[in-house]
Amino acid sequence: MADWFAFSLLGLTADSKLGDAVHFFVEDVTKIFVLLTVIVFAVGMLRSMMTPERMRRMLAGRRKAPAYGLAGLLGAATPFCSCSAVPLFIGLLEAGVPMGVTMTFLITSPMVNEVAVVMLAALLGWKITALYFVTGMTVGILGGLAIDALGMERFVEDYVWKIRMGQVVETEVDHSLRGRMAYGWQQVREIVGRVWLYVLIGIGIGAGLHGYVPQEFFARIAGPDNPFAVPFAVLVGIPLYSNAAGMIPIVEALLAKGLPVGTVLALMMSITAISLPELMILRKVLKVPMLAFFAVYLAVAFIGVGYLFNFVLG
Amino acid sequence: MKAFKVLGSGCKNCISTAKLIEDKAKALGVAVEIEKVTDMAAILGFGVMSTPGVVLDGKVVHAGGIPQPDKVADWLRA
Repeated sequence: MADWFAFSLLGLTADSKLGDAVHFFVEDVTKIFVLLTVIVFAVGMLRSMMTPERMRRMLAGRRKAPAYGLAGLLGAATPFCSCSAVPLFIGLLEAGVPMGVTMTFLITSPMVNEVAVVMLAALLGWKITALYFVTGMTVGILGGLAIDALGMERFVEDYVWKIRMGQVVETEVDHSLRGRMAYGWQQVREIVGRVWLYVLIGIGIGAGLHGYVPQEFFARIAGPDNPFAVPFAVLVGIPLYSNAAGMIPIVEALLAKGLPVGTVLALMMSITAISLPELMILRKVLKVPMLAFFAVYLAVAFIGVGYLFNFVLG
Repeated sequence: MKAFKVLGSGCKNCISTAKLIEDKAKALGVAVEIEKVTDMAAILGFGVMSTPGVVLDGKVVHAGGIPQPDKVADWLRA
């Protein structure tokens, strides 16, 4: 279809730069939006019963070791928009879930999710996906443990501790098949509605990289021979935000240009997990030293991940 | 006069929820007063963890997402 559109309809040739970029764009738009809709619908149907209230009950009063693993997995299974991060954070702490466990959830949630996992697997193969999943979880769990060990509860805003929720109101769930399908569609509308622009921009950047940026450019600034490529990728990614779905086309294009896997994954993690808008939202509940720790820890962890992969796979 | 509170941080769904109640009330000719509550401590104080939530005359009637239009109509008729 992309062939037909780019080469027949627009009359571009396959070896021209524009033709190449347009081909990449059309192919990825089709692929990613179809994938995104199918995944979000399917997972939405399965997940219709996984409400924040239920997660709170699952995590509260659990022994520490299993709680960290569970928080990571729940983070991976749930795509929370940043506007629900704050009530969720407070709700978990109020239920007596330790700060470290709560932070594990907040770190893994944007970085590892079903959309990223299925798309990475479909477009880049299961090996990279497995690496991404395992390291994302590890970074989240170690981050939570570190926050716990350092006693960072003192950097939570005081008002948070004063909140008493009383009787928690449950989100209503319609368990019938029809209800679940309706929920799945609602999730598609909500999530695709939220991410489509990032995905288009991501595909646009991917297409631009694909068609216009010469291979040698990347080989020079970010190739395997440049020892600073990984920290550079992570630092560039910190202020930027995109969601995992929007990053896939960029990752795809960068890997095709011969960038090492570690460098590219570090960039993806940095862009999805830390961003200025997210830090501003978390500022409502966390004091500045905690946010600084959060950002520095993640940056260091992603740099470590990048070097590790480049070393192991290089 | 029915007093509604829409609980939410000001995200898109919360605005849509408030608008839904307003439109339904107009369509059914019911007098309503809608207040948007954005203060997190107040929202969680109602026991609501997933926004948007809806409070009708001091009682939480809904949490987690935009309510179904039929449900909104039921609140207005009750």
